[in-house]
Amino acid sequence: MSKDGSSSFLTTRLDAIVDWGRKNALWPLPFGTSCCGIEMMATFAADYDIGRFGAEALRFSPRQADLLIVAGIVNTKMAPVLKNIYDQMADPKWVISMGACASSGGIFNVYSVTQGIDTIIPVDVYVPGCPPAPEGVLHGLLRLQELIQKGETHHHRQERARRAAGKEA
Amino acid sequence: MRGTDIRTPVSTIYGDFTQKHAERWKLQVEALQKKFAGAIEEVRWPGTYPTEVPIIYVAKESIVDVLRELKEGADFQYDFLADITATDEEIEPRFEVVYNLSSFSSDSRIRVKARACDGEDVPTATSLWKGANWAEREVFDMFGVKFRGHPDLRRILMDERWQGYPLRKDYPLRGYQLFPDTQPIHTELLKD
Repeated sequence: MSKDGSSSFLTTRLDAIVDWGRKNALWPLPFGTSCCGIEMMATFAADYDIGRFGAEALRFSPRQADLLIVAGIVNTKMAPVLKNIYDQMADPKWVISMGACASSGGIFNVYSVTQGIDTIIPVDVYVPGCPPAPEGVLHGLLRLQELIQKGETHHHRQERARRAAGKEA
Repeated sequence: MRGTDIRTPVSTIYGDFTQKHAERWKLQVEALQKKFAGAIEEVRWPGTYPTEVPIIYVAKESIVDVLRELKEGADFQYDFLADITATDEEIEPRFEVVYNLSSFSSDSRIRVKARACDGEDVPTATSLWKGANWAEREVFDMFGVKFRGHPDLRRILMDERWQGYPLRKDYPLRGYQLFPDTQPIHTELLKD
């Protein structure tokens, strides 16, 4: 606690504990649109068992999930749908872009395909590959956990900006 | 197959398809030419043209009559419409609407094409095959070829607000069009 009685020290520590809790209990919303979706399912299943990292609670409703895994191609007609789903997720929320198509459009540099989902929604972790192996997805998840603990995700930046704006006002 | 002339008929795992049906096609095309003398513009044969089945070019105004004969005529029996697609040849008549027909009874296939200029419409085949509905919608969506008499000619793949026809040769390859929201749902179309 500071001398003036503000609780800056305490809240920082609370943030760390909250982030620790959040990073170990990510609830993914699987947004699988093509072959990456199959690898994603393998990651969730028994062999690779994403439950070892606390992310086994899959939720197919955006209201109940805090991690959006976009696995596969997102074409231009699907783009507003993805944006809708992202907007419907409650804060805090994180996004993993899985595979070349979701990250950059992949080999489909044509009129019908979104050139990376980061043109529509903010992305925290990109997992490269075509499709990435389940190990890659797990690595992406661990990297996201690291970022959450460090407070370097899009959600944290947004939160800091919001607090800074609040202080100024 | 390296070094082989592209026009040489190719043997597939199904046997030499073109050789097997050559006699049948010859008789059928002759019968068609007799019945629709003015309507058959051109016939392209396998061996002289890179194709495995004969391609019959039909004047677009007679396309439904020819397709009906191919579907229902006793000597033809091409009762299955495999697909309708199109090509953009850039010079007028610009579009070739392609009808791929298949016959279950004779295990044979045949291809019919109709040429259409930009802005012209082609008679619909939905009266012969219900399945022509969505196939023609796709051709309309991708090429902008209109089908006269089609019951529900709307875009089927692209967003309904899309400008232009993406498979035309003059459409830019990277002509992205992003829409901020999903296209409206037409509840009146959901009713029977």
